[in-house]
Amino acid sequence: MTALDDRTASRETPRPIAAAGTGEGAQEMTTRAEGSRAEVMRQSGAVLRMSESEAAALAVDPTEVREDQTMIINMGPQHPSTHGVLRLMLELQGETVLRCKPVIGYLHTGMEKTGEALTYMQGGTNVTRMDYASPLNNELVFALTVERLLGIEAEVPERAVWIRMLLSELNRMSSHLLFLATNGMDIGAVSMMLYGWREREEVLRFFQKVTGLRMNHNFIRPGGVAADLPPGWRDDVLALLEDLPPRLEEYEVLMTGQPIWRERLQGVGVITRDEALALGATGPILRSTGLDWDLRRAMPYLRYAEVEFDVVVGAFGDAYDRYAIRLHEIRESMRIVRQVLERMPAGDWRIQDKKVTPPPRGRIDESMEALIHHFKIFTEGFKVPEGEAYVAIESPRGEIGCYIASDGSSRPYRMHVRAPSFVNIQCLPHMMRGGLVADAVAVISSVDPVLGEVDR
Amino acid sequence: MSATRGDAVRGVSGVADDVRHVARDRWLATLRECRADGFEICVDLTAVDYLTHPGRSLPEGVAPERFEVVANLLSVSSRRRARLRVQVPESDPRLASAWDVYPGAEAMEREVWDMFGVAFDGHPDLTRILMPEDWEGHPLRKDYAQGEIPVQFKGAPS
Repeated sequence: MTALDDRTASRETPRPIAAAGTGEGAQEMTTRAEGSRAEVMRQSGAVLRMSESEAAALAVDPTEVREDQTMIINMGPQHPSTHGVLRLMLELQGETVLRCKPVIGYLHTGMEKTGEALTYMQGGTNVTRMDYASPLNNELVFALTVERLLGIEAEVPERAVWIRMLLSELNRMSSHLLFLATNGMDIGAVSMMLYGWREREEVLRFFQKVTGLRMNHNFIRPGGVAADLPPGWRDDVLALLEDLPPRLEEYEVLMTGQPIWRERLQGVGVITRDEALALGATGPILRSTGLDWDLRRAMPYLRYAEVEFDVVVGAFGDAYDRYAIRLHEIRESMRIVRQVLERMPAGDWRIQDKKVTPPPRGRIDESMEALIHHFKIFTEGFKVPEGEAYVAIESPRGEIGCYIASDGSSRPYRMHVRAPSFVNIQCLPHMMRGGLVADAVAVISSVDPVLGEVDR
Repeated sequence: MSATRGDAVRGVSGVADDVRHVARDRWLATLRECRADGFEICVDLTAVDYLTHPGRSLPEGVAPERFEVVANLLSVSSRRRARLRVQVPESDPRLASAWDVYPGAEAMEREVWDMFGVAFDGHPDLTRILMPEDWEGHPLRKDYAQGEIPVQFKGAPS
């Protein structure tokens, strides 16, 4: 490890407001002279645990570049290929990216603060809006954390567990289809954008039938799910499973084997396993480096230990691997969904613990106690024992975790969501180093960040 | 308690989780030990402001302070998790940065600084990350005057 003595100095003295006129002050990428050495190394994509061969290849000190040969440009926050409002500051030498710094926060709405004001009953409406491309996984991790604090994890009815698995996998499919669409659009395969949105819409139509909403469902709740599956759900899922495979074959023809597609993605945005681990990257980014790390397999939750599926891994850690992994994960999710269809048990879909579950609508008209109980649970909420818990599941983008500290009241004392995109975009400087600015678009796309959960 | 865990005390409040309480001056050393012990990823780092809930249950020997920084570590090789909790006093809200050991903690520490005002010594770029640079206060603190101060907009005439 290098001696990094000078990096503490920057915090002691107020930092100069760099790049006056562009507004954000010290959050921006500074010139090399102003930034500390460690900061410049970080933005150059240097990770402390780089391999010896790579360290040797760095014969040129990346911090020694003449300032008059480079240019710092802003990409975003309103650039169409930044998937929302991600702003990247890039230092370019000609067309080569030397440094990159993501500047985030443009979509920050204080959702963790809001979470402290909502009861555990209402919390789902908040977390579901974080990663808006896979809302059901957000709800799932929140519900699992609350259930762990309540100590009722094991009592959730079987049917609720399998419904959760069904929705989680369908959501993984819709999220990856959205990735295929945006990835295609970013690379220039505009037809793919239309196809991806079209297929995703069919999954969302099923969600609408089940939950009432296309997105932001608040369907998976502490104690189970909000309602049973509607009549005819099985036929709808079967229709989805029938329609999708030939279309995935079409995508393979359209993109996977196509020379332009390969040229644009292969060898772009390469990251090694050690670097991905050091940067905390999970999900398809980590798997693209060849590590078969999938929480569904490694630390099974719900009933993932009882279904058969393959963990798709890459070999090169490049943007092409990440594309191929997501494409194949759609197939694996379909495999899981088929098994869920076979095994879906009958029975209750939410826990019959009066503490957590409101009484059914019909009981309210008959029973005074049910009415009081209903009123109490929706106004006051249910109390959760004091304690803290962290539960993590595999979202389409990686490990999504929920940390809740409870003070024994009906609202979380602190609710934190470990958002995979927030951590994954730290890989951008590393993946972009030495690449072309045109490939920067492909790299952002391959990380597949959702800015809603980056900024929360 | 094995030797590699240093003077960390095992907690009890986490259900079936490996929770370790760490003394503040042993924070970086404990992280290094955990890294050597096979925890490759610092998967999450956050903080809690216990201002309005001071009487929380902590194991014996751990004096409660206002802030608590919580790090969730993950071992990919041995498939286990550990949660490190460290007490940070209000009078001196600073902690050693995990950046040297886990570079991926960089953005998370910036978020904790932004939201709680806990500074990290040795962090390469400790600036606000989610709030605007000229924002006053740290929003996730329990005494942050929520809804009682005018909304701040950069450059707007006031």
